[in-house]
Amino acid sequence: MTVIEARGLRKAFGTTIALDGVDMRIDEGRIVGLIGPNGAGKSTALNAILGLTPYQGELRVLGRDPWAERDQLMCDVAFIADVAVLPRWIRVSRLLEYVAGVHPRFDRAKAESFLARTTIRLASRVRELSKGMVAQLHLALVMAVDARLLVLDEPTLGLDILYRKQFYDSLLNDYFDHKRTILVTTHQVEEIQNVLTDVMFINRGRIVFRCSMEEFEARYLEVMVHPDHAAAARALRPMHERQVFGRSILLFDLTTNHADRQQLSALGEVRTPSIADLFVASIGNPVGEASGASR
Amino acid sequence: MTTQPNAMPNSSIDTRQTTPAAIPPLQTMYWCIRRELWEYRSIYIAPLIVAAVTLFGFLIATIGRALSTSDLALRRAILEGPYSFAAALIMGTTFVVGIFYSLDALHGERRDRSILFWKSLPVSDLTTVLSKASIPLVVLPLLTFAIILAMQWIMVLLSSLALLGSGLSIATLWTKSFLQASLMLLYHLLTVHALWYAPIFAWLLLVSAWARRAAFLWAAIPVVAIGIIEKVAFNSSHFFGMLHYRLTGPQAYALGARGGDAMSPMATLAPGRFLMTPGLWIGLAVAALFLAAAVRLRRYQGPL
Repeated sequence: MTVIEARGLRKAFGTTIALDGVDMRIDEGRIVGLIGPNGAGKSTALNAILGLTPYQGELRVLGRDPWAERDQLMCDVAFIADVAVLPRWIRVSRLLEYVAGVHPRFDRAKAESFLARTTIRLASRVRELSKGMVAQLHLALVMAVDARLLVLDEPTLGLDILYRKQFYDSLLNDYFDHKRTILVTTHQVEEIQNVLTDVMFINRGRIVFRCSMEEFEARYLEVMVHPDHAAAARALRPMHERQVFGRSILLFDLTTNHADRQQLSALGEVRTPSIADLFVASIGNPVGEASGASR
Repeated sequence: MTTQPNAMPNSSIDTRQTTPAAIPPLQTMYWCIRRELWEYRSIYIAPLIVAAVTLFGFLIATIGRALSTSDLALRRAILEGPYSFAAALIMGTTFVVGIFYSLDALHGERRDRSILFWKSLPVSDLTTVLSKASIPLVVLPLLTFAIILAMQWIMVLLSSLALLGSGLSIATLWTKSFLQASLMLLYHLLTVHALWYAPIFAWLLLVSAWARRAAFLWAAIPVVAIGIIEKVAFNSSHFFGMLHYRLTGPQAYALGARGGDAMSPMATLAPGRFLMTPGLWIGLAVAALFLAAAVRLRRYQGPL
């Protein structure tokens, strides 16, 4: 079933157009990465989905209009908007008490068992915790909510690598059960590549690319070409080329039928590109827009 | 979307129906109010400190002055004196606390970005604003009542001990009907502090929902500006007169006679006249308008 469906979603701040006709459809049980440069409209899109901002166009989240029904929607949607939004004055125990008091789908015992695995003490105030611990606390809170959609907007910004890894590990192992849906934006794309089931690129307020990760792996190929074969490889019309330590790395879109997997593996070492590289290739470079990722 | 909810099943047709579907609105309200008391501890700490200081002062008066003077009439005067003053002190404190609370209530959550967390919970903007409005309009008056009552009981006990210890009769101390005085106090708090002052607190809440910074100035500037413009342009001061009436007026109606003592007997109580005052209902309507605007603002606003 469809969790999020948007058609022609638009939003302007004065003369700046943040969302310029976004169409998206996210089904249950997916982990979707929304990737885009700064100012592409990621946060605005998420805010619209969460009922934090009004919009034009059609948007349904779990069958509801988020702007009109934010409070009811939040029974079934959890979100971490930022790393540092938990009130700094509150005690951990009281935070649990409050959420248990107002949220019908919050399981306090579950949250406490998640917290027991961390060094966070229930008597601490949020301001006494490190940034990483606050992120752990927030994650424990949302994981204890039996939500159907979890939205994460840069949930690990400013955290060190250990916390970041732990964050996504907990999410996958303790939370995701193929019935829930997760929508995540982050600049640390590489770290979530293995976590995602789907990826969407957003640029200048539009969804410019979307595919599932299986599709992604079947479609895109990166070849590290020997200098001798460089000219031959370029003749196969790669969508992007970059230089690393004097060697050329060429990115191919196999659906364009200029080259196939076999041909390319003859030219050098072949591997699945990272989402980040495809992102740079398709958004950072005008050639990519023409030949590669398109709607 | 053109498809209706039947095309896209909503949560009620889900397999996870075992989980409780909703929290009763009153329970949400209860937790929201508790949350406010956790965040703004000055709501009860400030009046408690003032009460403690007052009691300390009274203790000095009892032990030091009353017991050291040999003039029995003066002793009696000292011991029976400061009840109304002490009550007024606590009321003044909670009024000021209410002002500062209201100015920060909807501003603080935007300033520290925690509004994003509060909005991630199934609590409506209406519930949030009403819970915050109920602090100055309900919680503070009741709290003031409880603290004043407790403080005066302690004062009476101290005085009684002092009078008994010096061999004087405590009869006059206890003839003052405390039940009557307490009811009077409660009536004053509910009519004046809760109902009559409602538009003041609602205005402050509205400003705190709207202002990006310096909520105090934004709350005061328009009020002063309107008054000045009126004075300069029309050489009249109806607006200031209205403000003055808002701050002092209801006494006359609530207590029957202007300048009535909050501790004076029930005889001067005039609830009928109070309820018939148009100013009361106009004020409540304005308060409702301000609060509705605050709810709407909170819905649109994110962190600063």
